[in-house]
Amino acid sequence: MSQIVEIKNISKCFGSTRVLEDVSFTVNKGSVVAIIGQSGSGKSTALRCIDRLETVDQGHIRVCGHEVTAPGLDLHQLRRDVGIVFQSYNLFPHLTVEENIMLAPRLVQKVKKTEARERALQVLTQVGLAEKANNYPSQLSGGQQQRVAIARSLAMQPQLMLFDEVTSALDPQLTGEVLRVMEKLAADGMTMILVTHEMAFARKVADEVVFMHQGRVWEHGPASILDNPATTELRDFVGNGL
Amino acid sequence: MGFLNAAHMQFLFDGLLWTVGLSLIAFAGGGTLGFLVALGSSYGPRWSRLLVSLYVKLIQGTPLLVLLPLVYFGLPSLGLNIAPLAAAGIALSVYVSAYLGEIWRGCLASVPRTQAEAAECLALRWHQRVLHVLLPQAVKIATPPTVGFMVQIVKNTSLASAIGFVELARAGQIINNSTFEPFIIFMIVAALYFALCYPLSVLSRRLERSFHVANR
Repeated sequence: MSQIVEIKNISKCFGSTRVLEDVSFTVNKGSVVAIIGQSGSGKSTALRCIDRLETVDQGHIRVCGHEVTAPGLDLHQLRRDVGIVFQSYNLFPHLTVEENIMLAPRLVQKVKKTEARERALQVLTQVGLAEKANNYPSQLSGGQQQRVAIARSLAMQPQLMLFDEVTSALDPQLTGEVLRVMEKLAADGMTMILVTHEMAFARKVADEVVFMHQGRVWEHGPASILDNPATTELRDFVGNGL
Repeated sequence: MGFLNAAHMQFLFDGLLWTVGLSLIAFAGGGTLGFLVALGSSYGPRWSRLLVSLYVKLIQGTPLLVLLPLVYFGLPSLGLNIAPLAAAGIALSVYVSAYLGEIWRGCLASVPRTQAEAAECLALRWHQRVLHVLLPQAVKIATPPTVGFMVQIVKNTSLASAIGFVELARAGQIINNSTFEPFIIFMIVAALYFALCYPLSVLSRRLERSFHVANR
């Protein structure tokens, strides 16, 4: 299987704090990788490095054929291939749901208005919100807004989707509806990397789990490592989650 | 009020029109310059931020009553002859640009950073992010304080009388010089200014309220 993400020995400091230390892992096309760990373990930073929202001090990242850590990187091309969804949705409040979704395809991919609208309807159907096309984000629940954010990324037809704690701001019921959308997406073959605190979801959907601790990859393997932790740190982490 | 004849009233009315005209020129010129000031201090490279902030501090630290003669009497000494209207228009525009630029810089800064980040992650280019994501949100935030500041512009045009420009305040002075009825004349002038400014402040307050409701 071809590798869509290749992270090799990356390190990063914020001032004197080391947030990433010698982190390496790869992601195969079509697979789902869950990055788990305590707050402050560096998992969000690692994810953000993949989309070059953070730069690394050392190491090498290759995403969809782009050398992310190379000085001559075409950021614009990288972002066309990679979609990212944030914890705080970040929908554009002055645009309707449909306009939110149509904006990037129209401006970036120069898609015609009618085609962009069709595409919006299609991704909205995918996340189960076709009837909300003409609403403004403020008229939607948190879970619905997050599903629109996912749809907005999907409309750019990315090769890779990143999810940065997308359910952390939601109550259990709304979390469920967002996770179901992500599960369907995974089943459809989308390559996904997600930073998450939802252990049950990671167990069920992830092909691989990366457990981070103190800026390092502490354990890495199939989802079954959650049931048979090799280190006390992962055992403690999973144990606390129950 | 028998001492005030139709010619006086016509003269005052002309002054009123000049006040409105000068306000519009100041707003248009100051708005255009101010927009550049806001962009330069928000998104420009380091040197442009420094330059713009120096410009803003310099203008805000200078009385308009000094800026006006500086343009009107100063430019001719450099060989550029200039009419009072042009001088007043330039001085007021420069003055207004420093204040509107600062107001708008603040409005741009108050659009959450995550909005720019989200747009960036959707592969929008810089000008697309500014044009389609940041500006529309900033304009909404900026409308109430901008309309509020227009009241200041209207009142400050009265200082153009210092360079011989006959607007509303100067028209009042001139009439008073021949009729010697300052109380009544300046009451009329004040009432006319109020009639211009009051609707603006009401509009500003109403916009502010609707803005707060929209963001609940």
